[in-house]
Amino acid sequence: MSAVLKIDQVGKAFREYGMEWQRMLGWFGWKQTPTVEHWVLRDISFEVGAGEAVGIVGQNGAGKSTLLKLVTGTLRPTEGSIRIGGRIAAILELGMGFNPDLTGRQNARYSAGLMGLSAANIDAVMPYIESFAEIGDYFDEPIRTYSSGMQMRVGFSVVTAVRPEILIVDEALSVGDAYFAHKSMARIREFREQGTTLLIVSHDASAIQSLCDRAILLDRGHLLRDGSPDEVMDYYNALIAAKANEDVQVIQHESGKAQTISGSGEAIVESIGLFNAENQPVEFVNVGEPVELRVRVKVLGAIPRMVFGYMIKDRLGQPVFGTNTFHTRQPIEQLETGQVVQYTAAFPMNFGPGSYSISTALCSTDTHLVNNYEWRDLALIFTVANADRPLFVGSAWVPPVIQVSRAS
Amino acid sequence: MKDMLLALWRYRHFILRAIGNDLRTRFTRSRLGAVWLILQPLAQSAIYALILSRVLAARLPGINSRYAYVIYLLAGMLAWSLFAEVVMRCLTIFVDNGNLMKKIVFPRMCLPLVVSGSALVNNLFLLCATLGIYLLIGNEPTVMWLWLPVLIVLTLAFALGFGLVLGVLNVFIRDVAQVMIVVLQLWFWLTPVVYMASVLPGPAHALMHLNPMYQMVTAFQQILLWNHMPDIKGLIAVAVLSAGLLGIALVLFRKSSPDMVDVL
Repeated sequence: MSAVLKIDQVGKAFREYGMEWQRMLGWFGWKQTPTVEHWVLRDISFEVGAGEAVGIVGQNGAGKSTLLKLVTGTLRPTEGSIRIGGRIAAILELGMGFNPDLTGRQNARYSAGLMGLSAANIDAVMPYIESFAEIGDYFDEPIRTYSSGMQMRVGFSVVTAVRPEILIVDEALSVGDAYFAHKSMARIREFREQGTTLLIVSHDASAIQSLCDRAILLDRGHLLRDGSPDEVMDYYNALIAAKANEDVQVIQHESGKAQTISGSGEAIVESIGLFNAENQPVEFVNVGEPVELRVRVKVLGAIPRMVFGYMIKDRLGQPVFGTNTFHTRQPIEQLETGQVVQYTAAFPMNFGPGSYSISTALCSTDTHLVNNYEWRDLALIFTVANADRPLFVGSAWVPPVIQVSRAS
Repeated sequence: MKDMLLALWRYRHFILRAIGNDLRTRFTRSRLGAVWLILQPLAQSAIYALILSRVLAARLPGINSRYAYVIYLLAGMLAWSLFAEVVMRCLTIFVDNGNLMKKIVFPRMCLPLVVSGSALVNNLFLLCATLGIYLLIGNEPTVMWLWLPVLIVLTLAFALGFGLVLGVLNVFIRDVAQVMIVVLQLWFWLTPVVYMASVLPGPAHALMHLNPMYQMVTAFQQILLWNHMPDIKGLIAVAVLSAGLLGIALVLFRKSSPDMVDVL
């Protein structure tokens, strides 16, 4: 796989000078020392191959947007180099530079020209832009009469009118109505299948997991992790929860995936297992089979209140089902060191065939962000197989009663 | 340099469209639309003419026409309005388009070209109106009119070079634009647009020759009012100065562009 994007030791610093003319002297070779030098990114190196989809995650201020702007080319790196093979289209802000007094069509032509499309090209893609935006007669009305959703529709249609080699998406997917969000997602997937490389910044874990085959975690300007989306997202979640006295630990799980364990450690999961109706531990479960998830929790330090939660995730790391004993109103209070708590959750395995993992959480309230005693990803992995049900697809088993009759 | 020109050539349709949009949006919601392009400078000239013609008309040497002062004013305004518009817009060109430059990669030199194109169209409207009035009050077209395109291009070049140098500086030191608003007003009155240079005492008159806009404004007046050749030496001086300013602007722009988006 050839790299279409090669980022090598890239750093970006914003510099402030006591006097602006000091900056200007610097342009002509007389380097001045800036009063403030603020490194937003440092030592970032990674490669992205043709057709790869990479998600960039990280907290606010981690440097995600700066990285995208560097790749787009609007910002220049202070150090290191960025090599790009192919045309880049960036969805950094939809409807950028639209003039409210001009019509959708005029603005679309203008924006397409700004992106570097030739006049002939623009003529060729205008019908696509008009039909994809689906705003009807509004296309020939001034933009100021548009709703923000309609503006976004036109903006997205323009940016994606011609397939780029690299598409950069910054949180834009969450904007707009559900229908268009699906439609634009489908368009992005279509590009991917045709070989476009994707670079996506999003806080939406499911968007990253469903679209990307790799994720990069940035934290305070540094590249913290680069790996599979579910592994990186697990690490990211743990990082958000991480407090001063907690440590985040990543171990290689026997399945080959990286397992993230974090927490302050007052309580830990001692054992976890999935059991069938015959009380046998199982790893392969038939669709619809009743099972019990049994978890033994050991208390290692006195805690006022404990909530147990679990989350079943599919192979891509997307949550399929999760709840906790806070929502079921079963928290346990006043636990002493050395006590053991047994949790049992019985449920029918109404999932579609595939591999699933269970993450567990031990905390004091309904979120692991307050007191996180232990968060354990990939605590258990099991496989659902369809042994005796009619063939179906999807991640849920929703047994239907289908009636077919010839209407006379 | 070659890369830049090639990039601009690839963006030629965009530049033309942007000029069109620029003109269109300026008057899109006004009833009279593009007529304002002519009405505004004409109204300004009319105001000066009304107020000042009685004071100054008598001093126009060698011209008997009652309307001479109006032509004198319009000729000066033709040069000055082009200069002032281009300088004012270049001054804030990068700051105004900061958001665009932060989000989209495109040849940034498109921006001054769009400004120039739009200002040129404005100026042509005013020129047509001026020539119309000129003919209306009983004058004949002359060969000297052939100088007008040269003068317009020269004025534009000077304004562009001067405006862009300041425009780049203004990204980093925003006071530049504020100062220039005042400076331009002062400059207008230091240039013989509404008054005759001959009213000034000798030393001031000599100093005025150092003002490039004096050269341009008088060249327009020479052609439209007196039907004389403009002062070639003065024009060459302005041309050399403009080329120098454009060169400085280009170097300054090149050197500053890595930093520019950082501070926008």
